[in-house]
Amino acid sequence: MRRLALGLTLVVLGCAPFLGFGIPFVFSSEVSSPGSLQVLAIALVYAGFAISYDIIFGFTGLLSFGHALPIALGAYGTNLFMIHLGVAYPFAVVLSLVATVAISTILGAIALRTTGVAFAMVTLAFAEAFAILILSDPLRIFGGEEGLPLVSSLVPDFFRGVVNTRNLYWFSLVFLALTYVVARRVVNSRAGRVWEAIRENEARVHMVGLEPFRFKLASFVIASALASLGGSIYILLVRGANTSIASATFTLALLVMVVLGGPGRLWGAALGGFVYAILNLRLSAVSTSDMIARLPDWIEGPVSEPLFVLGVLFVLMMLFAPGGIASITDRIRLRRQRSS
Amino acid sequence: MRGESLQVSDLDVWRGEAHILHGVDFDIAPGRVTALLGRNGVGKTTTLLAVMGLLRAEGSIRFGETELIGMPTHLVARRGIAYVPEDREVFTMLTVAENLRLAERPGGDHRYDLVYELFPDLAIRKEQTAGTLSGGQQQMLAIGRALLDETSLLLVDEPTKGLAPIVIDDVVAALQTASGDTTVLLVEQNLAVARRLASEAIVLDEGAVVYAGDLETLASDAALTGRYLGVEVR
Amino acid sequence: MSSLVLNTATGLGLAGLYFLLASGLSLIFGLMSVLNLAHGAFFAVGGYSAWIVMDRLDGVPLGLRFVIAVAVAALSGAVVGVVVERGLIKKLYGLHVEQILLTIGLGTAMVALLGGWFSYDPRLMNQPAWFGQTTSFLGANIPNNRLLVLVVAVVALVVLLSFLKRTRHGLVIRAGVENPGMVRALGVDVDRSFTIVFAIGGMLAGMGGALATVYFNGISPGLGTTQLIFAFIVVVIGGLGSVSGTAIAAILVALTQVYVNQYVGTGLGSISVVVLLAAVLLIRPQGLLGRQVL
Repeated sequence: MRRLALGLTLVVLGCAPFLGFGIPFVFSSEVSSPGSLQVLAIALVYAGFAISYDIIFGFTGLLSFGHALPIALGAYGTNLFMIHLGVAYPFAVVLSLVATVAISTILGAIALRTTGVAFAMVTLAFAEAFAILILSDPLRIFGGEEGLPLVSSLVPDFFRGVVNTRNLYWFSLVFLALTYVVARRVVNSRAGRVWEAIRENEARVHMVGLEPFRFKLASFVIASALASLGGSIYILLVRGANTSIASATFTLALLVMVVLGGPGRLWGAALGGFVYAILNLRLSAVSTSDMIARLPDWIEGPVSEPLFVLGVLFVLMMLFAPGGIASITDRIRLRRQRSS
Repeated sequence: MRGESLQVSDLDVWRGEAHILHGVDFDIAPGRVTALLGRNGVGKTTTLLAVMGLLRAEGSIRFGETELIGMPTHLVARRGIAYVPEDREVFTMLTVAENLRLAERPGGDHRYDLVYELFPDLAIRKEQTAGTLSGGQQQMLAIGRALLDETSLLLVDEPTKGLAPIVIDDVVAALQTASGDTTVLLVEQNLAVARRLASEAIVLDEGAVVYAGDLETLASDAALTGRYLGVEVR
Repeated sequence: MSSLVLNTATGLGLAGLYFLLASGLSLIFGLMSVLNLAHGAFFAVGGYSAWIVMDRLDGVPLGLRFVIAVAVAALSGAVVGVVVERGLIKKLYGLHVEQILLTIGLGTAMVALLGGWFSYDPRLMNQPAWFGQTTSFLGANIPNNRLLVLVVAVVALVVLLSFLKRTRHGLVIRAGVENPGMVRALGVDVDRSFTIVFAIGGMLAGMGGALATVYFNGISPGLGTTQLIFAFIVVVIGGLGSVSGTAIAAILVALTQVYVNQYVGTGLGSISVVVLLAAVLLIRPQGLLGRQVL
């Protein structure tokens, strides 16, 4: 049932570049236009980010506040390798993936010596340290506030230029599909079972004779690898690396995405990431519409801020539907089962 | 304050996921000291924690006329129940005097004279941080907290655990003097100490009550004590 | 030598800000186990309240106006704290992860709200001339605004410690931070202290925001959030629930940050602070003066 739904979704999404109609409020022009496709592509990559975070948080139960780090490493790493080593995009992606995996292994090994809130603090601190490093840029390589521009010449032809936005779009879709497949494989494996056991009751895992640390680290590194790949694609979509994906806001946003959609299911996280991205990118456009502009200033100001709407939505969700969108669909399904 | 009765019916208690007590029934006689006995891990501390509302419990715990199950801990305490926990749990960052001050109940007569008379060691250490007290002194502080204001039920968990014999004497003497009319439920591994303080006994084994009655009768029966308490009585 | 004095003064000023932000967090976290990620927004609320007072209260001399501004900032922070605790946190009692998530959403919403009302561009605040001047000390010219923050933070520390030591509420909080179950077993309703602690935390954060506006020469909605991370590091290093620990840790963290940035390389200060955090968590997880382990 789930596979059918996912397959259908994939097909529908794949057809987006052919859809000549628009969706009011969500897009400013028809779906197949480069502008809309770019928004969709970013949303798909965010969905991938969220899936990778779901592995750590939703399945293994690790409250990491530092998942922006591997994303930023992937983005900046790929960009830097292209600029300074002059390698083509595919090689740069692989190089930055290796670097991210190495760094994540080291940092993860340190951070995982702690648990719970301490772990959250350490991961947040690591991510913030990198964010500040990028901003203050002592080595003069990160581009500071402006970030790094993309070296177009090293990017494959079929990704360059506005006319090829649809190729980028499909590339993002492939990334999302692959991320989901890999995540699903890994989560259904024996390691995945142990992750869920760790999430439920780590003490019991010890008692069965397994060493939770190794599994937690594996979860951490695998998620970081997927995130890094997403970061590498992200720079193609926004034409470079910028500081927003390294920020504390973004790292917390990943948590919001997964909780929004419903943790521990993968598709929930993907949905949450997708919705978050669309809201974030399009809410400001909606706000300039006539309907909102007519509201008094003190209401219009905040409502046109995507983060305000998202924040309020999130607070309401935690109070009334802590399991996210997925729990709401669960409740609907349960109610339908009961009445039938 | 006259001691009140405590009636436990069909009590089930869980510590986390572990089901410790299974449908326990017993009555505690008002105004007397009852010893709660049994081997390690059998659920004695769990029983006291359940009365205080600190663990998930189902069934009934009636204190006089009041049902305690479901009542928040601080309200249970305010009903006139004082608790001396197994690990004393004094506030190590606070002074002796501050520990006692926190134990003042609204409308109580704050019997500082009594406490300092029972425990002269505390009297000379009023401004000392509780964390620097010896084990015995911390025990006295924990008991002093419970005796500061008169209560109808006193729950005491292994007050002599890990203490030197001289200190044990002091603790026993203090409990003897101060219990008065109060109902006391005493958990004690040390049978000799229990015999000095209590007249009644309730024995737990495998999550259920296996003996309820006179303590001396139990203590003089070597077979019973051997089976339920795992001790040799001299 | 004079640069050392100057850097130390800067570091101590920064420590003052960290203390104002972290002490409330430490009490909230220590007593309630709530990781209040909206605390940075309380900070910003204080900053903007102070800004409004300095901007609008014409006719009052700037020095007095600033005193009023700080008072208003403290008050607005306290009110926000109480409303948040009563209206939101209480509803998720005992659900720690849900509470954290709620504070994330709340903090995000509040910062965006301020951004919507005041825009994201930093706003400069009307200040008494004295703030922009310097005082000579040991051969260095120390900006007065650093001294101001330090003095206010020290006063706050003293008042807070007195409150904790001398009042019954303070007694309950100090005991509750160590062992809330035993406090309840003594018949005391610890939950009432939750609101008080949020009020205190909000008040201190509000004051911190007002002073940060002076220290950083401007207020923007995200100011509290960036400082919040350092505040948490200070809380962990100092030990949960310990105000004195927070004070010491604030000095340690701020000086480390400033010295490394000045003498080793810009941007590396935050990395050294992170290393410090990791070291403390691995070697002494309860922090300098804490009783709880995270």
